[in-house]
Amino acid sequence: MSAIVIENIAKAFGPTQALQDVSFTVNPGELFGLIGPDGAGKTTLFKILVTLLLADKGQATVSGLNVVGDYKQLRHHIGYMPGRFSLYQDLSVQENLNFFATVFGTTIEANYFLIKDIYEQLAPFKDRRAGQLSGGMKQKLALCCALIHKPEVLFLDEPTTGVDAVSRKEFWEMLRRLKEQGLTILVSTPYMDEADLCDRVGFIQNGQILAIDTPEEITKRFTKPLYGVRAAETYRLIQDLRQAPFTDSCYAFGESLHLATHNGTDKRQIEQYLLDKQHQELEIERIAPGIEDTFMALMNQQTNEPVNH
Amino acid sequence: MNQSTTEPAVITNKLTKRFGDFVATNEITFTVDKGEIFGFLGANGAGKTTAIRMLCGLLKPSSGEAKIAGYDVYRETEKIKQQIGYMSQKFSLYEDLTVRENIRFYGGIYDLSVAEIKRKTEQILQNLNLHSVADTLVASLPLGWKQKLSFSVALIHEPKIVFLDEPTGGVDPITRRQFWDMIYEAAHRGTTIFVTTHYMDEAEYCNRVSIMVDGRIQALDTPRALKSQYGVDSMDGVFQILARGTSTK
Repeated sequence: MSAIVIENIAKAFGPTQALQDVSFTVNPGELFGLIGPDGAGKTTLFKILVTLLLADKGQATVSGLNVVGDYKQLRHHIGYMPGRFSLYQDLSVQENLNFFATVFGTTIEANYFLIKDIYEQLAPFKDRRAGQLSGGMKQKLALCCALIHKPEVLFLDEPTTGVDAVSRKEFWEMLRRLKEQGLTILVSTPYMDEADLCDRVGFIQNGQILAIDTPEEITKRFTKPLYGVRAAETYRLIQDLRQAPFTDSCYAFGESLHLATHNGTDKRQIEQYLLDKQHQELEIERIAPGIEDTFMALMNQQTNEPVNH
Repeated sequence: MNQSTTEPAVITNKLTKRFGDFVATNEITFTVDKGEIFGFLGANGAGKTTAIRMLCGLLKPSSGEAKIAGYDVYRETEKIKQQIGYMSQKFSLYEDLTVRENIRFYGGIYDLSVAEIKRKTEQILQNLNLHSVADTLVASLPLGWKQKLSFSVALIHEPKIVFLDEPTGGVDPITRRQFWDMIYEAAHRGTTIFVTTHYMDEAEYCNRVSIMVDGRIQALDTPRALKSQYGVDSMDGVFQILARGTSTK
C-alpha cells in the first residue's frame, strides 16, 4: 500500500488555479521531495493532505485513510511542520513539546527515542520561550513537536527556507536518520540542490507537476547539448552568448555559464564565435545537466514562451 | 566591475557592536570598491544583520570606524541614508499600494521631483515590462515580479551603494537568474552591490566574498582564490568548512 496517494487534485482560490490535476504516490519509507518556487502550489497541496483544506476536485489518501472521510483518524497518523513557525511563542521549549504530546494522548517519554538526537541539541534551552529561540532552534523544536506522537507520515513544508547552507545540511542529515526509522517523509523546498538528497522528487510549478522521478533519472529529461562556459568577463559573456545563433538558453551557474545549444552545434563553433568577440581566458566543456538545469528547461517548456518577468 | 581610482564605497576599520556581554560584530575591517559586487556571507546568527544595520546608519557602533560613500556612520547617518538603497525579502514594497503608487511613494521619500518620479515610473514599468499591471495592487503580483520591482525601487534615487539582504529567497531558478542579470547591469553602471544570500552558487557571481563566523570576518577574497585556498571546487565547500563556527545555532 502506498503511504500517500494523490489523484487528480485541483484547487482554486478565486481566479487563481493553485493546483491543477495533481496526481502522484509516495511509497512507504520514502523520502519524497516536492520542489518548486514560492507560489507553485506546494503549501496548498500540503494543507489538503494534512486535512486542513478541502480540494475542489480529486481525492487523496494518507496511510490508506481518506483526507476527507477519515480526517479525524488520519490526523493521528501524520506529523505536520508548516512553513510558518506555528508553535506557541509564549510557551517554553518543554511546555510546547508537552502540549503537543498531551494533545495526541501520549507523553514525551513514550516516544523519546524518535526525537532524542534532535531534542538533545535543544535541551540546554528547554526553559526558554519558543519565541526567543534562534531560527535553527525553532526549526528543531517544530520538528520534535511534529514527531512526538510517532506519526507514520511526516509532512514538512519548506523546513529549510531562509536557513543558511550549513544548517540546511544538518537538517537533511536529521531527515536521513528519521527515514532510517521507517518514516515516510514528504518535504517541500525551493532549493534545487536539496533534490539530490531525496529518493524521488516531484517538480511543481504553477500548480502543475512538471516531472516525477529519482534525482538521477529526472535529469535525463534535459535533452539539449549542454556546455559549461567561462571567460574573463562574465557579464559580457552572457550578453554575447544570448545573442548567438546556436543558443537555446544561457544561464549563470556558479562560476560558469550553462549554455544549452541547438542540436548539431559543436564546441569549435562556440569557441570560434567567442574568439571573434575577443573573449579571453575561454574555457568550454561539455557537461551533464543537473537538477536545476532540468527544472528550468521543463519550466520553459510549460510556459512555452520566453519568460520575461 | 569598474576599476575606479575614487574612494571605496565602503571602508570599515575594527567596526564592533556589543549588546551587553555579547559581541555581535567583532572588529570587522574591510573595504568595498565602487561598482563591485560584494557578497556578505555567514550562517544565521553570525552577525551579518547587525553589521548591515551599522553600515546603513541604522545602528550606532560600539567602537571602530566606518565610512559609507565617504560619510561617517556615527555623525552622518542621514547623508548615508540618501546615498544607499536597501532591499530585503522581508521588507520591501507596500502590498496594499499599486505598482505605480509604490514607485511614487519611494520617489517621494527620496525627495525626487514630480517630473523625475514620472520619468522613473515610466522607465521602471518599461524595463520590467510591467505596464499591464501598473495599477494592480502589489499583493497580487507573483513573488518574482515583486522582487524585481523592489530592486528597481531601491535604485530609484540612484544610490551609490545598494544593500540586498537575501533578495532572491524562494523565487524560481529562472527568475533568480534574471534578478542577477539586473544586479550585473547595476554594477556595470557603477552602483556598488552589497549582497547577502543563502544560495552558494550566487556567492560565485560576486567579485569578492566575505564569510562571517561568530561576529568576525573569517575569510575575504575572490571566489576563485577562496576555493583554491581551501582546496574545494565550490563556494558551498568553502562555506561548509568555515561557517560551522562554534555557535550552537
